[in-house]
Amino acid sequence: MTEPASKNANVVAECLRSWNPKAVAEVSEYRGETTIVVPRELLRATAEHCRQDAKLQYNFLTDATCVDRFPAEPRFELNYHLVSIPRREKVRLRVWLGGNDPVVDSLAPVWPGANWLEREIFDLFGIRFSGHPDLRRILLPEDWEGYPLRRDYPVEGYRDVPNTGELFRKSSTP
Amino acid sequence: MTTVETAIGTAKTMVLNMGPQHPSTHGVLRILLELDGETVVKAVPDLGYLHTGIEKSCEDKTYSQVITLTDRMDYLNPLGNNLVYCLAVEKLLGLEVPKRAQYIRVMMVELQRISSHLVWLGTHAIDLGAMSVFLYCFREREEILKIFELFTGQRMMTSYIRIGGLALDPPAGWRQPVERFLKMMPSRVDEYETLLTENRIWIGRTKGVGYISAEDAIALSMSGPTLRAAGVAYDNRKMFPYSSYEEFNFNVPTRTESDCYARYLVRVAEMRESLNIIRQAFDKIKDEGPIKADAPGIIPPQREKMKTEMEALIYHFKIFTEGFSPPPGEAFVTIESPRGELGCFVASNGSPKPLRVHFRSPSYINLQALPKLIEGQLIADVIACIGTIDIVLGEVDR
Repeated sequence: MTEPASKNANVVAECLRSWNPKAVAEVSEYRGETTIVVPRELLRATAEHCRQDAKLQYNFLTDATCVDRFPAEPRFELNYHLVSIPRREKVRLRVWLGGNDPVVDSLAPVWPGANWLEREIFDLFGIRFSGHPDLRRILLPEDWEGYPLRRDYPVEGYRDVPNTGELFRKSSTP
Repeated sequence: MTTVETAIGTAKTMVLNMGPQHPSTHGVLRILLELDGETVVKAVPDLGYLHTGIEKSCEDKTYSQVITLTDRMDYLNPLGNNLVYCLAVEKLLGLEVPKRAQYIRVMMVELQRISSHLVWLGTHAIDLGAMSVFLYCFREREEILKIFELFTGQRMMTSYIRIGGLALDPPAGWRQPVERFLKMMPSRVDEYETLLTENRIWIGRTKGVGYISAEDAIALSMSGPTLRAAGVAYDNRKMFPYSSYEEFNFNVPTRTESDCYARYLVRVAEMRESLNIIRQAFDKIKDEGPIKADAPGIIPPQREKMKTEMEALIYHFKIFTEGFSPPPGEAFVTIESPRGELGCFVASNGSPKPLRVHFRSPSYINLQALPKLIEGQLIADVIACIGTIDIVLGEVDR
């Protein structure tokens, strides 16, 4: 389900294509939001271009998040939401990552604000960002096993035993 | 256990563990501070103590059930959280909300902004040693909570804003308490200002403390009063209006000093602007009119209709047993919460449960700039800087 491309979508797509014809793999519009799908190896260069280019001026990285489309492959859909404060426009850059090799260039060198956003994605989805200055778990303990926001991770977790009274009875018997 | 690699070396500096149980961290935040005498050389925040996996829980609930979880994220701004989530789902569904409901939403969210800023002002002042401001602020916050209780039945976890509209019609006689509050509040804000704005100790503790340049603030994705105090007039209510904010007349207060004192002035000015918005919304809200969109199968039918119409009963049953399924797609909505840009990303795969719900929480992202604010400052200023970012740990860790 796609809608006709908005004015801003055309501006961004044209600007990126004239810079590097390979940078835009797909442009889509849904509910008034523009999504530009970028090839994985060109993500950092494209983001840098979006930030620097005088016609685009996407100077503010508002959000980065991931969607796991398991069992489809490539399963990870990585979304970066950019805002241009001077132009009052938004755009979403999207990269698809396969399940057996979820590695992508970090955007922290472009926007320092991507640091914790990417750490969160690493923590909860297990996507590795190369060139990230401090790629550690952030919300979960460092020895946590697995990546909870993946779709194949059960909502109840792996190890927590529901409290049926069994544990209590065992521990209270001498 | 996070450890800190010291910047200078163990001989000269000491590492101090601050928190996670420290009253001025406003929750459970741990910061590892490397100190050279009284100067902070390096700071490493360590978070996650309140992580409850709200985003994962959302994936196992129907679209309407998620609303109660959003309340519990930023517990000083539950209505804002309800709003951003509902706006995202409404965008996904392509729902149009009636104007009356939009104005009531605006009024409630602005009341919430004032109450959140009051908690911030009170606790920030108490952190810096001004005890009495806290008592004044909580006195007025109580009035706002009473208004919430009147509207929603709850003081804090309101769940009042629902997908497609509101949970309830405003109760009879709602205008009097809101009117009374609007009359009372401007002089109360003046009162806080007489206590603090020209207070020599307050100025000494906040002026020139925690500076960050506008370029750094934008690069670090900071938003809200912290960014506006750096001179960037970035406010979602003006930039990307939602819920009919484009019909309201208000200013976006900014400062250029970008220190703790400037952030204090911005927030106080914001309280006054919010009062102005509430007044306009108060006049715009008509006494009669729909508060829910007309979307059978998504909005629960009225109780009376359920007793007389078969379709209404079927819809009611379907909504509460299996929920409704938005078409596959994604929506990302941002609003201006008291702390900054609050975003919600919802992805649907066409099933009655969301594929993914993600919250762009302003506290989390603003907290990232804390080391930048405090490195090179005195240890006493750490408290001022944590307070000035206005973090809610429930939202940081989610």
